[in-house]
Amino acid sequence: MRPIVRNGVRIDESFAEAFPMRGTAIVITGPNQRWAKQAAVTMTGFATSVIGCGCEAGIDHEISAKETPDGRPGVRVLIFAMSSDTLQTQLVNRVGQCVLTSPGSACFGDLESEDRLQIGDAIRYFGDGWQVSKKFGARHFWRVPVMDGEFLCEATTGLTKKAVGGGNLLIMGATPKTTFRATEAAVAAMNEVKDVILPFPGGIVRSGSKVGSKYKAMSASTNDAYCPTLRGAVATNLDEDIGCVLEIVIDGLNEQAVAKAMRAGLAAILKLGPEDGAVRVGAGNYGGKLGPFHFHLKDLLP
Amino acid sequence: MKPLVLALEQEPDQRLDLSPLSPHRLDGKSAKEIAEIEVQTTREKVTVGDLFRIRPGDAQTIVFEGGSTRLDNVGLGLKGGEIIVEGDVGKCVGRSMSGGNLVVAGDAGPYAGSALSGGRLEIGGNAGDFLGGPLEGELEGVTGGLLIVRGDAGARAGDRLRRGTLVIEGSAGDYPGSRMIAGTLVVLGATGVLPGYLMRRGTIALANPPELAPTFLDCGAHELAFASLSSRLLKPESRGAAKLFSSLLHRFAGDSAALGKGEILFPA
Repeated sequence: MRPIVRNGVRIDESFAEAFPMRGTAIVITGPNQRWAKQAAVTMTGFATSVIGCGCEAGIDHEISAKETPDGRPGVRVLIFAMSSDTLQTQLVNRVGQCVLTSPGSACFGDLESEDRLQIGDAIRYFGDGWQVSKKFGARHFWRVPVMDGEFLCEATTGLTKKAVGGGNLLIMGATPKTTFRATEAAVAAMNEVKDVILPFPGGIVRSGSKVGSKYKAMSASTNDAYCPTLRGAVATNLDEDIGCVLEIVIDGLNEQAVAKAMRAGLAAILKLGPEDGAVRVGAGNYGGKLGPFHFHLKDLLP
Repeated sequence: MKPLVLALEQEPDQRLDLSPLSPHRLDGKSAKEIAEIEVQTTREKVTVGDLFRIRPGDAQTIVFEGGSTRLDNVGLGLKGGEIIVEGDVGKCVGRSMSGGNLVVAGDAGPYAGSALSGGRLEIGGNAGDFLGGPLEGELEGVTGGLLIVRGDAGARAGDRLRRGTLVIEGSAGDYPGSRMIAGTLVVLGATGVLPGYLMRRGTIALANPPELAPTFLDCGAHELAFASLSSRLLKPESRGAAKLFSSLLHRFAGDSAALGKGEILFPA
């Protein structure tokens, strides 16, 4: 099969296989951008993969003071999980431990939907009877007295059952340096897309996994077919000019957003070319039998 | 679609009960049927046709041209649509309304917006006593929605307020927010004696507070995210209320003669 080549970069005739998830969005505000972001970074920490963290979470984008409900600088956070119950638990735990505790913070729902998840409705009990309910039209807020004043938290936020998790790109380059450059360019471009997050550290994962292991206790293990140091020893997927592989995983509130992010990332990688960036781009899948969403790279080319 | 217009031709010689003249009760009625609706409150029979010149239109919007303090129960139980009164109204305007928009350009009598549970009621002039309050024997006043008075309100505004927002851009009489259960009451002008008398929960924001009862306890001046949120949410309806909530607010908790979980806020 002749590979597709764009600007000298080879593109696999492959697709990213993604799964349905439950997703939600909230806005965290603070006295300034730094502290709004601090609360968001803390609550989205240790949320790279549902396998070990219970949920996948990240910052969608920062919001100027003019556009937030309370007129202070804010950050939009997205959280994804495999079931509505887990998402509810993770949301309340994370807001309770990381946003409620962060100085000057406030928390608002930011997803329109009939299905609701509790935020303030659960956190209010921290107020020990001094919590105050406030309704404005259809919106309901809780004011919880805390040591720096009040924690203002919307009662609920929306829940979407149309979220998509596991969109991905495999970026393959000659050296770690050039692969990094291509991947970082892709991450920067994908961060501009709304309604998606890249849950791994800085948006990048270097330890892609395959299903199963030689060890009984492990359900997943290193993706040896993409490990450059095993290139000669296993049934490798790598060509001889590839010395490093990095992956970007994308979760989105809907299928279109994930496709848009993958398209933006792909465009950034291809623009850089093979000398300064990646020589090849692929995508991870399980043969197409597990996940209902298939993002074919050839359909996402610029 | 043109609105249904009811032009008042003369001052009525008795108080009128206009509660039948709401969009959901006039929907699909012809001008002739509307003209036959009885609105008297005495033994003298009076129909809509006797007093109003009817210009047929879509009853989802009803416009009263001219007003009178004898027009009682305008928009009573309003569920949706719109009623505009280009004049004064009597007692109980918008009582028990649960949705829609009701605008009175002139003054309103007592019990305006009584037991409002949803929608929006705006009074361009002044309102009488017991703004939004319950009638005798009822346990709750306003339980939702938005009530705005551009002028002054009488005594006991927001009595037994449970939920929702009341904004009085002028001054309020004595005992505003008496027996409040919860909710939000804003007064931008002067305020009579003893605001929040026996309030349990809720928020009273006063631009010019009088001396408070000693049962209100000084909690100091604070910057509250809730206040800036209120400021932004109220801005489209009342710039004055938005300005009040954007200032540093002094908080007094009370009424400690009752439950004591309410608050009176005013600029520090």
